[in-house]
Amino acid sequence: MSTPAFNPLRRLLGLALLLASTWIGTAQAQGVLNVYSARHYPSDEVLYAGFTKQTGIEIRRVDADDAGLVARLKAEGQQSSADVVLMVDASRLWRAEQDGLFAAVNDPVLKQRVPRELQGADQGQGPRWWGLSTRARVVVYDPKRIKPEQVSSYQGLASPALKGLVCTRSGAHPYNLSLFGAFLAHTNQARTRDWLAGVVANMARPPRGGDTDQIRGVASGECGVAVANSYYAARLMRSTRAADQEVMAKVALAFPSLQGQGTHLNVAGMAMAAHAPHPQAAIAFMRYLVSDAAQRHLAEANNEWPVVGSVAFNNPALQAMRQTPWQADPMPVAQYAAQQGQAQRLLDRVGYR
Amino acid sequence: MWRVLIGVSLGLLGLPVLAVLASWLWLDAQLLGVWRDLAQTVLLSYSLATAGLALGVVVGVLVVGGTTALLVVYFDFPLRGLLAWALVLPMALPAYVTAYAYTDWLQYSGPLQVALRQAMGWEGALWPEIRSLPGAVLVFVLALYPYVYVLGRGAMADRAAALLEAAQTLGASLGQRLWRVALPLARPALLAGAALALMETLADYGVVSYFGVPTYTAGIYKAWLSWDEPAAAAQLATLLLLVVVLVWLAERRAQGRMRFAQSKGSQREPAARVKLRGWAAAAACAVCVLPVLLGFVLPVLGMLVRLLQTPDEVGVPWARFAQWTWNSLRLGLITAVLAVAAALWLGFEQRLRPTSWVNWVGHGLGLGYAIPGAVVVVGLLTPVLALQTVWPTNPMAALITGSVFGLIWAYLVRFVAVAMQSVQSGYTQLPSTLDDSARTLGRGGWQLWRHVHWPLLRRPMAAAGLLVAVDVMKELPATLVLRPFNSDTLAVVPYQLARDERLGEAALPALMLVAIGLLPIVWLSSRLNER
Repeated sequence: MSTPAFNPLRRLLGLALLLASTWIGTAQAQGVLNVYSARHYPSDEVLYAGFTKQTGIEIRRVDADDAGLVARLKAEGQQSSADVVLMVDASRLWRAEQDGLFAAVNDPVLKQRVPRELQGADQGQGPRWWGLSTRARVVVYDPKRIKPEQVSSYQGLASPALKGLVCTRSGAHPYNLSLFGAFLAHTNQARTRDWLAGVVANMARPPRGGDTDQIRGVASGECGVAVANSYYAARLMRSTRAADQEVMAKVALAFPSLQGQGTHLNVAGMAMAAHAPHPQAAIAFMRYLVSDAAQRHLAEANNEWPVVGSVAFNNPALQAMRQTPWQADPMPVAQYAAQQGQAQRLLDRVGYR
Repeated sequence: MWRVLIGVSLGLLGLPVLAVLASWLWLDAQLLGVWRDLAQTVLLSYSLATAGLALGVVVGVLVVGGTTALLVVYFDFPLRGLLAWALVLPMALPAYVTAYAYTDWLQYSGPLQVALRQAMGWEGALWPEIRSLPGAVLVFVLALYPYVYVLGRGAMADRAAALLEAAQTLGASLGQRLWRVALPLARPALLAGAALALMETLADYGVVSYFGVPTYTAGIYKAWLSWDEPAAAAQLATLLLLVVVLVWLAERRAQGRMRFAQSKGSQREPAARVKLRGWAAAAACAVCVLPVLLGFVLPVLGMLVRLLQTPDEVGVPWARFAQWTWNSLRLGLITAVLAVAAALWLGFEQRLRPTSWVNWVGHGLGLGYAIPGAVVVVGLLTPVLALQTVWPTNPMAALITGSVFGLIWAYLVRFVAVAMQSVQSGYTQLPSTLDDSARTLGRGGWQLWRHVHWPLLRRPMAAAGLLVAVDVMKELPATLVLRPFNSDTLAVVPYQLARDERLGEAALPALMLVAIGLLPIVWLSSRLNER
């Protein structure tokens, strides 16, 4: 029977299909690179645009946080259309590597430019992840209330002298988890548990907000000591807003040492997905990200330290941070990344939100 | 044949819920260990936080929504007309937008406290931290009281009128009339509104994750993402499902009683309002102004100021903003069309064949609104993960996260119910004698639908489409996880920016979301005032 009754519905459904089809475009076409990125910095847009301009390859992105990307990659399995994965924490990179989510890349350019200790393990076919930039997990403190000696080590954060003064972001955040994993790798479970419990006992307030909120907390007097990433501090230092300048005028920076070995670094990195549909474009993009121009951009626009040592950059805040002598903790990523799961469990046991 | 196909595909919408429930089948020693870990560490705090939040929100919305509805319906005071309309405005703001706006301004190191400390020489925190459980309760109450207000106002204006007049002739004082007649009659409506508010609260992810309130929804995502334990996430999801089903049942019961108590044709003017003077008038005005101020005016103003303050080096990303808006609109429209089509089909089936199996599908889908987005996500991805272990090259996953298919599926699970409510209420306005007359004139079956129902249902259908579209544009938890490439929406962007402490940049997409949210509000409110 003829169904004129379906006409309105048909028209509507047709409209829906038309709209839906606007998503189906260059899904698997050439000249496309699919990037899963946990790097949420507006300055990265310049990087993507630069790559597209240089090569003509269009970049399609999904942004999420590290854990969300991993969950997505796992759910998508072999049919995943991810090519390059960018993460902000090497511990997650390592774990994703263990889960078999990345492909081995035996590229001479990458191997030559990225330092050996900031590459994934090479079992013959090439490393599976590569560092892109580093940032230090520093302590921002109120110089009027705290002496530099009190924040010369991460261990000191649990000292009773700092009771009611410590502010950090959520313990479950990858930056913190990485630090706690490193602490665990340097010591043992019992000492780490005591340390974490001590930090919780010293907190001025329950963890909330991000690293910048912690720095602002120190400036406003809510906290005496805050743990933050160096690039947040540098961002405030270089900001042209008067409010940010005021904040930095009231605080001081310290580079604490992890059991005497050095300051903990967060390594941001990249990898090629295990089932990347555009491997050539992926390698081109990864090479681009370790090029001088891109590395310099990471330093100057986002205040991170480039992994390629030979790159010269002009960043007064980063250079100022290098004035005080400090060194990075040399422990390899694989060693502390393996402890992250345990560290996560300890957090729940001591009530570190 | 068509019937079966459509019915079954609609039934498939229920798959995520079944998958979540089925996660208990995978219970083994290792999973029990995870469960024990959960129980020993966080389960108690999740339960307490969720219960505290629920209690606070229910009490809060009942008090705020109920009081304002009462005042607006039965009393006359300055600005009453304006406020009666304006009290609905906070519904345009998703709760998480209100949360970002308030945090930005009120936090310890925010501009207000810093300025006050400098000006007055005070020290320390000037008021309690907004990012806390009480703060979350406040934000939810401000964002969700309109549910209670709208439903309560409708009930008080409609039904209580005649009975109040009767009570007055029997000598009851104003207080007695309100307390013993009006409020009890309005109670089902108020409770239905509170249940809706509670479902929204339980489903929320944006506020609780930003404020660090450890609710079940936050716990589900934490188990899935941070702990990498999808099965634990699914089990937490079933607990949450249990709670929301109970709430939903309560809401259905309240709605049912509302319909019973509603007398037909009672679209009459409410009894003359009591005119207030002096202090009473000022107090009533203040009580009604406060929710509008706190729930709409201040957050929007705050974001506007932030938008204007955005430093030049960042600028306003107009091109990307256009893309986000376009993505939101596309998703909203597609889902609205599909949801309305499904609701129309289900409504028609229910009308023609009230005892058919299709109606079970309809009832099941009606529950969809209560199901939190996080649960739907877990329900969609858990079977995909399981399928991968037996069939690694299956295309399901890529279909679900690589295209909009999965996202739209998740939206439909939740929002077909919204469309159904509108369509069903539209059908209740059409007496069945209409169908009989049409049939005697030779228009049965689809002809009946096309020539009789369709023209009369256009308005509820438009309302349904609008509501679904706006709900989709505001949706956060499912969109975060399931969206394909280059599909950031107006809801996702503020969440990411807020997490990144770039609240100023979040102002633009947030304000756009509010503008979109205002559309059904304006439409809804003008209809309310027609009565």
